[in-house]
Amino acid sequence: MSLNNKPMALQSLQGRWTDFAPMILVTMIALFAWPLIGSMSTWATLTVAGLAMGMMLFIMASGLTLVFGLMDVLNLGHAAFVAVGAYVAASLAGVLSVLLKSSTGVEAVAGMALVALGAMITTALLGLLFERFFIRPVYGNHLKQILITIGAMIIIEQLVLALWGAQQMMLPLPEAVRGTLVIGEVAVERYRLVAVVLGLLLYLGLLMVFNFTRIGMLIRAGVENRDMVEAMGYRIQRVFVAVFAAGAALAGLGGAMWGFYREQFTAAIGADLLVQMLIIVVIGGLGSVRGCFFGALLLALIQNYVNFLIPDFAMVSNISVMVAVLLWRPSGLYAPGR
Amino acid sequence: MKFLATHIFSDDLPRSRILTALLVLVLGYLFTAPFLFPGARSLNVAATIGVYLVLVGSFDLLLGYCGIVSFAHAMFYGIGAYGVAISLGKFGPSWSSLFIGAGAAMVLSTVLSILMALISLRVKAIFYTMTTMAVASAFSALVMRLNTVTGGDDGRNFSVPESLTPGFELFENEFFGTLINGKLITYYMVLFSAILLFLLMLRIVNSRFGRVLEAIRENEFRAEAIGYRTLYYKLAINTVSALIATAAGVLMALWLRYVGPQTTVGFNVMLNILLMAVIGGLGTVYGAVLGVVVFTVAENYLQLLLQKIGPLTTGVPVLEHLLQPDRWLLWFGLVFVLAVYFFPTGIVGNLREKARLRLNGEPSRPHQTV
Repeated sequence: MSLNNKPMALQSLQGRWTDFAPMILVTMIALFAWPLIGSMSTWATLTVAGLAMGMMLFIMASGLTLVFGLMDVLNLGHAAFVAVGAYVAASLAGVLSVLLKSSTGVEAVAGMALVALGAMITTALLGLLFERFFIRPVYGNHLKQILITIGAMIIIEQLVLALWGAQQMMLPLPEAVRGTLVIGEVAVERYRLVAVVLGLLLYLGLLMVFNFTRIGMLIRAGVENRDMVEAMGYRIQRVFVAVFAAGAALAGLGGAMWGFYREQFTAAIGADLLVQMLIIVVIGGLGSVRGCFFGALLLALIQNYVNFLIPDFAMVSNISVMVAVLLWRPSGLYAPGR
Repeated sequence: MKFLATHIFSDDLPRSRILTALLVLVLGYLFTAPFLFPGARSLNVAATIGVYLVLVGSFDLLLGYCGIVSFAHAMFYGIGAYGVAISLGKFGPSWSSLFIGAGAAMVLSTVLSILMALISLRVKAIFYTMTTMAVASAFSALVMRLNTVTGGDDGRNFSVPESLTPGFELFENEFFGTLINGKLITYYMVLFSAILLFLLMLRIVNSRFGRVLEAIRENEFRAEAIGYRTLYYKLAINTVSALIATAAGVLMALWLRYVGPQTTVGFNVMLNILLMAVIGGLGTVYGAVLGVVVFTVAENYLQLLLQKIGPLTTGVPVLEHLLQPDRWLLWFGLVFVLAVYFFPTGIVGNLREKARLRLNGEPSRPHQTV
């Protein structure tokens, strides 16, 4: 536990509910970008786009960080769940096209919810299988975990290609959710707002589960000290399987949302995001949902601003964010389990 | 014979008859390939095997001997290739510009590898894995972006020094029905450099330094407790491995006279290196040879096999798609996962274990390579 060897004062501050520094940082960066960009409407568009992308990245990466924090398992195959989620969503969208093409907003949104639900159920089941065959045999061995999960990612990606074919997949956004909302002089894409709201709800929901339920308490305790929880008589293994499946489901949901956002994609949709998800997990603090949330927002916002201001620098913005955050807080924004 | 074993192979002989036979076979194939299989495509396969021996071997120095998983190895390989390509393109096809490019690439690789190691290697091995992945992906994005220098997605062609071009003929007569031209000279130059680098790697891992690396792999805490500064050792092997990968990149660029992102810095190259190293056997250096050959054979013949079997299953709903030749990586991925489960020591590890059983009649202590 070399990560916990820092002075008590800092540790307790970082663990406390009142540690709002990451939230303030994200806000400051958004405000600081305003004068740099100049135009109010451009800034608002960029910010909402960044928030939407950050929320989707948070949804995808939250499972990864919990699995790592709880069981010390680095699942590089997590990206495969994103791809499967997007592909299942595309197939379901074909089946439910009547609902999705409906002109009434309620029906279209219900159709999208069904599509997302289908993607989540599929990836949750896939997650159960994945845990049994690829994770369980290699507990406690980082090297084997990396090799096996990379192999698993290849297998799943190839299976996706075999089942759906190598051509581009289409997942058109329903007409009812398409288009922009104009508030004053600011134009905001509707779907981005949907993504932001959904991401916020999920974040709050996860926080509630973690802080006010028994299973949430067990998960937090497990992240902090697995052996102790086992010594108290709980089967942390079962909790872990549940968390793994839930994390896979969230990745599937993120994949479906990302698919709707992109509207067309290939089997590399998940693998393309793997590096960003890993950076978010690292800068958020391993096993911290709050850290994952603010890490995702930070990364996505900065990426969007930099892309607009200095496009040539966009490639290295992710790495710079990671280095800067780790210099500030070497074990990530929040302590594990918070 | 003893001289050969000590001074050429650094006292690290294959230690298995089958392995020795296989290695001799591969070496014989590489030496005679231009005469026995003169086609451009098969010569290309032979040269690629030669370069990948070095690349995968240097990855094994990190992964197999020190237990460090790096996803930036393909990046260093790409730095070597692009360094030569850019320098030859800019300063013209001469030997001096070749050395300038290779030298600049070596310097860049050294700086990058030390920086990455200092940022993350001192914390936890798994952080290093993530950092290398992030840096490598940023680098490949950068290569795509810097269109004017690197040629972007299309890559760039360049001319090599005159004596290495196909138009250059050393003798007027043919040898065994093959003309000794610049392409052939390049082939043997690549091959001899690869063999030299390979022997150098054998020398490194069988030195005192290599033993310390193995100690770090087995138990880093204990190695530190005995009094070795493990960070320095990890830093050193990280840089050495990156430099050898850069050299492999230089050789590949010279052979192909072309660099492109798909064949150098892409994530698929990195995956291939990882698969080859594990299949061949980690922590053996010789494993690189078998890993590369098995992978190359699988890449070519698994597709042929699937082409044969595939049509038999036409009409069977799912199976027909699974048995398409394009899906060979699926089957190879399955083999890879099963190999990590059941044969974690790879081909070389298993062959050596068999030989040991035959000689001593008792299994060795469990080997913790993976």
